Amino acid sequence: MSEEIIIAGFGGQGVLSMGKILCYAGIVQGKEVTWMPSYGPEMRGGTANVSVIISDERISSPIISEFDTAIILNQQSMDKFENSVKPGGYLIYDGNGITRHPERTDINVYRVDAAAEAAQMETTKTFNMIVLGGLLQVKPIVEMDKAIEGLKKSLPERYHHLIPVNEKAIHRGTQIIQEVRKAKVEA
Amino acid sequence: MAEQQQQLTSEDIIQEENLVFDRTQLLTDNVFHYCPGCGHGVAHRLIMEVVEELEVQDKAIGIAPVGCSVLAYNYMDIDMQEAAHGRAPALATGIKRTMPDKYVFTYQGDGDLAAIGTAETIHACNRGENVAIFFINNGIYGMTGGQMAPTTLEKMKSSTTPYGRNIKQMGNPLKITELVAELPGTYYVTRQAVHKPGAVRKAKKAIKKAFEYQKLEKGLSFVEIVINCNSGWKMEPVDANKWMDENFLPYYPLGDIKVPEKK
Amino acid sequence: MGELKLMKGNEAIAEAAIRDGADGYFGYPITPQSEVIEYLAAQQPEERTGMVLLQAESELASINMIYGAAGSGKKVMTSSSSPGVSLKQEGISYIAGAELPCLVLNVVRGGPGLGTIQPSQSDYFQSTKGGGHGDYHLIVLAPASVQEMYDFVELGFDLAFKYRNPAMILSDGAIGQMMEKVEIGEQKPRMTEQQIKEKYPWATTGKTPDRERNIITSLELDSAKMEKFNEKLVEKYRTIKENEVRYEEIQCEDADYLLVAYGTSSRICEKTVEMARQEGIKLGLLRPITLFPFPSQRLAEYAQKVKGIMSVEMSSGQMVEDVKLAVESRVQVEHYGRMGGIVPSAEEVLQALKQKFL
Ligand SMILES: Cc1ncc(C[n+]2csc(CCOP(=O)(O)OP(=O)(O)O)c2C)c(N)n1
Repeated sequence: MSEEIIIAGFGGQGVLSMGKILCYAGIVQGKEVTWMPSYGPEMRGGTANVSVIISDERISSPIISEFDTAIILNQQSMDKFENSVKPGGYLIYDGNGITRHPERTDINVYRVDAAAEAAQMETTKTFNMIVLGGLLQVKPIVEMDKAIEGLKKSLPERYHHLIPVNEKAIHRGTQIIQEVRKAKVEA
Repeated sequence: MAEQQQQLTSEDIIQEENLVFDRTQLLTDNVFHYCPGCGHGVAHRLIMEVVEELEVQDKAIGIAPVGCSVLAYNYMDIDMQEAAHGRAPALATGIKRTMPDKYVFTYQGDGDLAAIGTAETIHACNRGENVAIFFINNGIYGMTGGQMAPTTLEKMKSSTTPYGRNIKQMGNPLKITELVAELPGTYYVTRQAVHKPGAVRKAKKAIKKAFEYQKLEKGLSFVEIVINCNSGWKMEPVDANKWMDENFLPYYPLGDIKVPEKK
Repeated sequence: MGELKLMKGNEAIAEAAIRDGADGYFGYPITPQSEVIEYLAAQQPEERTGMVLLQAESELASINMIYGAAGSGKKVMTSSSSPGVSLKQEGISYIAGAELPCLVLNVVRGGPGLGTIQPSQSDYFQSTKGGGHGDYHLIVLAPASVQEMYDFVELGFDLAFKYRNPAMILSDGAIGQMMEKVEIGEQKPRMTEQQIKEKYPWATTGKTPDRERNIITSLELDSAKMEKFNEKLVEKYRTIKENEVRYEEIQCEDADYLLVAYGTSSRICEKTVEMARQEGIKLGLLRPITLFPFPSQRLAEYAQKVKGIMSVEMSSGQMVEDVKLAVESRVQVEHYGRMGGIVPSAEEVLQALKQKFL
């Protein structure tokens, strides 16, 4: 098994830490992992993305241009990465702020309105955890309890009191993710 | 009266006689890349307004630093050069000495001017190079992601002083402006800010003086402009300005530090 | 097995320095390596092990802090990225001239000048041929994973002290910023002053009645003596070439064609090898781990066996010169590279290989 994922959105949305949790969960499950972020001058409102690979075997290149799964959290990232999903792959997006919805029919498209949900739950900071829950619902790349363990490992001790809210958000994500359309398989 | 006001349409308001602010002609059309609430944009504008008002666009040469304002030359519609980190005063020296009739200025952050470029700063000031130094003090390294700057306050947190600046280990916040005021080569040394309308007006006056003294060949003018770095300070812009007023400005008080002696 | 952690390459370097019992780190922030000093600052190494941490006012200052501490037999390191490493060159030359051990990390970004903050391998010449003025070499290690970032701190220090020569870890923005699983080693104790005095009698630890005064210098005004010293250095580099060459071979046994790549490029090429093999092309990868000393001998052996060699670098072609020197025209050698902070994809490397050889 090898899963190549891109998570892309705005800085501050928790894109990088979501990738980190996936990696930690992978490590707990004895897998190889790489986490490769975009980096640049610190800027408010800039875009951020990270590609994550979770694999049973030694990972060759950590820098990839095509993905099994793309998690897309703003319009710029939709424009940039929709076409980088491998045919038959998955695109998961949050509809908040999206003006052009995904158009490809050869990939599986899911929508998880995490921003709206987080606002409703009054825990806007758990936005990324709702997305993570959605991802694990449609693609159980790592086991749910390992993801929670990954969350614990990636959070500094002083934030551990926040684990229950985050756990709740992950579970909420598994419930609210919706299938937009399945990939059309070429006959 | 109130009723009357409500009836005004935008056409009524947008009239020549109501004009209070016009776009600064010497700023290019490029959109600032600065964070919302950052003072770099205002400082750029003021310098360009002064160049515009003194009608010296054709004589002004600016030197951009390495720091958040590394791309200052994208915005200022004048000839500019990009220095290596900290070396702007050296470039300014080279330019001014070979072209004494130009208006030469550097635009530098606190890391650029007061850490890596301290030697260049001190020596340019000491030689009394007839240039202007605009020193943008935000108490942090903005561009590289919020590391400690020489001007970071005691106990102030940054990414390289995550528990607050420890004076014993990291030394004291450097009042480089007071320091250069001690040097005989500096003619005019002042500290200004741009976080309030009144402060902006004063800052502009100071910038203008720096250019005028340069014309009179008086030596080096050193204008510090204190700005917030809301990203680096990890605050909302408004909170950052408030924090600046309450914590930063008491240590770095605004006002003139060295003014020309009245004869 | 040691503790497993998920870390950035830059963080792994910092943690390794503490665990290896380093005495000090002196640096100056620059992207993409600022996490080294940031991680250290968060870890409070003075409390963990007594290791000194200082953010200097510039790279010039930091390398000279290293020079001083290294002269006293301390295990010290600095890190920077390309423009900052250029500034350090003067100091590095003095350190090499004074025959002092130290570790310098370069997390390379694209140049020349201020260039880009994105990953590059365009500092190969600077790192392997000396870098500053004078006839000298660094021992250059090229990690290709976060684990190697961690491991090469210890290796780098060991080699630096073994040969009294500055060692460099030549990394790049991708490996510095990337996170992978790292196995963390045990905490080693820092050396006591007494141990330093015994082990490094040359160090300026304070003249005691039992020895002559120690002088750390690179100055020698008598040309005959200076030449003797140069010869001594040459002899040292020869010994290093004999004993310290390290490389990894991936699917090389039956290879018709060989890629040569280090660091991030070697990771890309590993994938290219997988892809080529699926297409029935017998491709192998030789990954130099030490860039100085360079695995020239091994490459010369391959020159007898393979039909072509392609050097893949994120540069306009620097290491390829060493590859050519090694094979002495016995086989066709080509270069494929991307510049400006662009990392080539495995697909385009394969494409280039086909174009050049097939
Ligand atoms: C020789 C060298 N060392 C380090 C850097 C990295 N660097 C770029 S900007 C900067 C600090 C900028 O801080 P400051 O001057 O306060 O300006 P600000 O970004 O806050 O406006 C550093 C350390 C560099 N570009 N060159």
